[in-house]
Amino acid sequence: MVWPILSTITFLPVAGALFILLTRGNEATVARNARYVALYTTIITLALALFLWSQFDGASAEFQFLENYAWLGGGISYRMGVDGISVLFVVLTAMLMPISILASWESIDNRVKEYMVAFLVLETLMIGVFCALDLVIFYLFFEGGLIPMFVIIGVWGGARRVYATFKFFLYTLLGSVLMLLAVMAMYWHAGTTDIAELIRAGNFPPEMQTWLWLAFFASFAVKLPMWPVHTWLPDAHVEAPTAGSVVLAGILLKMGGYGFLRFSLPMFPDASVFFAPLVFALSLVAIVYTSLVALAQEDMKKLVAYSSVAHMGFVTMGIFTFSHQGVEGAIFQMLSHGFVSGALFLSVGVIYDRMHTREIAAYGGLVNRMPVYAACLMVFTLANVGLPGTSGFVGELLTLIAAFQANTWVAIVATTGVVLSAAYALWLYRRVIFGALEKPNLQAITDLGPRETVVLVPLVVIVIAMGVYPKPVFDVTSASVARLVEMHARALPVGEAAP
Amino acid sequence: MTSLSLDLAVITPELLMALGAMAMLMAGVFQGDRSHTALLASAVAVMAIAALAVVTGGEGRMLAFSGSLVVDGFARFAKLLILLGASLAIVMAHGFFVREKIARFEFPVLIMFAALGMMLMVSANDFIALYMGVELQSLALYVLASFNRDSLRSTEAGLKYFVLGALSSGMLLYGISLIYGFTGSTGFETVAMVVHAEAPGIGIVFGLVFLAAGLAFKISAVPFHMWTPDVYEGAPTPITAFFSTAPKVAALALFTRALIEPFPDALEQWRQIIVFIAILSMALGAFAAIGQQNIKRLMAYSSIGHMGYALVGLAAGTAQGVQGVLVYLAIYLVTNAGAFCCILAMRRKDGMVETIGDLAGLARTNPPMAFAFAMLMLSLAGIPPLAGFFAKWYVFLAAIQAGLYPLAVIGVLASVVGAFYYLRIVKLIYFDEPAPAFEPDIGAGLTAILTGSAIFTLFFMVAPALIADPAARAAAALFP
Repeated sequence: MVWPILSTITFLPVAGALFILLTRGNEATVARNARYVALYTTIITLALALFLWSQFDGASAEFQFLENYAWLGGGISYRMGVDGISVLFVVLTAMLMPISILASWESIDNRVKEYMVAFLVLETLMIGVFCALDLVIFYLFFEGGLIPMFVIIGVWGGARRVYATFKFFLYTLLGSVLMLLAVMAMYWHAGTTDIAELIRAGNFPPEMQTWLWLAFFASFAVKLPMWPVHTWLPDAHVEAPTAGSVVLAGILLKMGGYGFLRFSLPMFPDASVFFAPLVFALSLVAIVYTSLVALAQEDMKKLVAYSSVAHMGFVTMGIFTFSHQGVEGAIFQMLSHGFVSGALFLSVGVIYDRMHTREIAAYGGLVNRMPVYAACLMVFTLANVGLPGTSGFVGELLTLIAAFQANTWVAIVATTGVVLSAAYALWLYRRVIFGALEKPNLQAITDLGPRETVVLVPLVVIVIAMGVYPKPVFDVTSASVARLVEMHARALPVGEAAP
Repeated sequence: MTSLSLDLAVITPELLMALGAMAMLMAGVFQGDRSHTALLASAVAVMAIAALAVVTGGEGRMLAFSGSLVVDGFARFAKLLILLGASLAIVMAHGFFVREKIARFEFPVLIMFAALGMMLMVSANDFIALYMGVELQSLALYVLASFNRDSLRSTEAGLKYFVLGALSSGMLLYGISLIYGFTGSTGFETVAMVVHAEAPGIGIVFGLVFLAAGLAFKISAVPFHMWTPDVYEGAPTPITAFFSTAPKVAALALFTRALIEPFPDALEQWRQIIVFIAILSMALGAFAAIGQQNIKRLMAYSSIGHMGYALVGLAAGTAQGVQGVLVYLAIYLVTNAGAFCCILAMRRKDGMVETIGDLAGLARTNPPMAFAFAMLMLSLAGIPPLAGFFAKWYVFLAAIQAGLYPLAVIGVLASVVGAFYYLRIVKLIYFDEPAPAFEPDIGAGLTAILTGSAIFTLFFMVAPALIADPAARAAAALFP
């Protein structure tokens, strides 16, 4: 029997969490041990994830590293497996976690043990989402992630943390319970919850597809989030601790997009086509409206949060073009945004740790005191804008090309979003970094420490590398996306081409 | 063997319980309240033996006393749950009663008689036997509610429970008499045959409504729930813990059998009633609990809501649905017992406290208990991957299979509302500044039950089949 690598990657962090729970001693020792155990656990997980990536056969569109154990019975089993669409999300999660742990190294100083346990449990649940090949298992991981995130925001968050975390939890839960009913309906119709089997031979009647699609959409739209159910996101981001924001923006949001790719498109092709105009409309509103909202923000984290909503608009737009470029662009955009938004939240966290304010007006002229920081933030800002040579460009370009083929007007409106993103991102950069260093309390601000450099520099490298040489990503995703698009086209009735 | 000894063999567990209870009663009369602890221990021992007798009593369907009692897989499953619930209640009660100085020998005896009544309820195959079981249980419960007889709240709870319980028994009897009048029998099989032969007429439907109303009282389903918050609040806490576990299991199991076995051909008629009270219970349980400050009242509304969810499985009226009901009851029983351990541990130097505000910052003052309590609350809210999610999974799965989409949608939406007040407790425990710490020593019994309950809740997902498969076999017994 082959070694169950996916389960190992998934459950290793929980093992680390249990280990942390076993540590005894005075508070300082426990805190130090918890930090190191968490860091090492996440680094080992990352190493395993990279190994997984290296072993992954990009030429094949099949699910790989399959695992299957009897579980609930009656066609519901513990199934794990990854294909080209999901494997990179596993890698993304594994990459962001050590960074998040490092970012919390000093900024979290109370209840460190519990914090690290919550993060490790969260990592297990997030990786599980991308590895699960059974609807029920998927749902367990998908929803289970709410518990640690609820605690992370609620315990280590800012002033309005209770409001934010309740809103986050209840919004997401409300979206997901409908998906749960849809899962049950699919089970009774197909007799199995095997995702691979459902993709292969789903064949739900069109009427049923409509309802199922809407139920899944309710969940993923809240998670992604799409306008108009995005309002939990700014609150959650603002109140969450820095690493919480990183995970939220970097990984949790991607579950929505991943859900569309894994379920909505292949399992409900007719309904997806039927609802594509709706998704386009909501995506455009998200791109334009939230970009405008971002322009008006005075809180840095809120600005980044709204920019996340706008960028997710490109993702949904790309996915629902049903074309190869669109879907690949959406995946790339999600990966890129995972790193870029994570990096932006970390950057905000760096100055927040020093000045304890996120208000844009409280800063200015930081380049005079923090040149390295300014350089890093420059790269992230430009990536957020989508400048060629950064990772942000590739995804936006591909989704826009695909949208242009599908519907020229959609592409034209979406392109204004690119312009607006340049406006709010560069304006933010100018207000915080450039200008004279006038505020007296900023005089003593220090540049990146060694730990912060270790956190941010890898992200700079990744962002630029993905922008200059995106091929490793496409090598992995291409075959799976090609099959997704081909199967989607084939599932449609003859003569009804994708719009 | 004569037919009498055959009959008695079938009801061995009940005989053990009855004889044990009577022997304990005599011992108690002679020994007085000094024997309290010994009686508690022997009650648990007798129940363990009775449980053993249930397990080893043979397989398949066995009838006794001309078919008025039946022992089948369904009854066995429910009886084990009842005995478990009653034993847990006794263990949980010990320290409390000694501290509150109300440790009287009647307590274990009453619990045993109540459990005996419940075991008869789930074995009833005849409306008269059903009524006997219900009354034996109820009378014991009325006394238990007012067990702290010097407390105004406790006696008030007992009286309220008694008056409303008597009313519900009246309705139950009225329903039974109508059913008897229109079918000519009180035996479940005969009623089923008559209802099958001629379409359910208006008389039988009337009887069904009253029967359902009487039984809905016993499981505190809306709109017959009014007694629940007052009784839960007024009764001594270990007795509240008992009320919220074993009697609920028994009454709902009885409800299930009394609808599925005699009235399979009136499914459309009784399903309307069940859907109606299920929706009301889920909604009221979710909304009314939001404003509660007293943890026992909150648990009362919580249990109302949970009965609503369990009824969703019954509304399906299929083997899948009955399996859902049984899984739900099993998980609910264990989770609730754990939650009440935490409530019993809410004790400071100057006595018990009951407002949820007293839980504030428990994560700082007692991290293990805080973690267990939070997990139990999230499980009751039905958040995956905890046990409570699987409880809801099975009942809603059955509802979807039966095509009860509106019921399922309303149910899951109510569960989101319900999540709010469970989360509020988690918030108090983890996010708020600590209130004064509770007494750290909660006793070995509570610790063991709480630990076991938390482990069950957390790790149910590893092997859900351990409960689900026996429940499926038990449910199949009702669908020959």
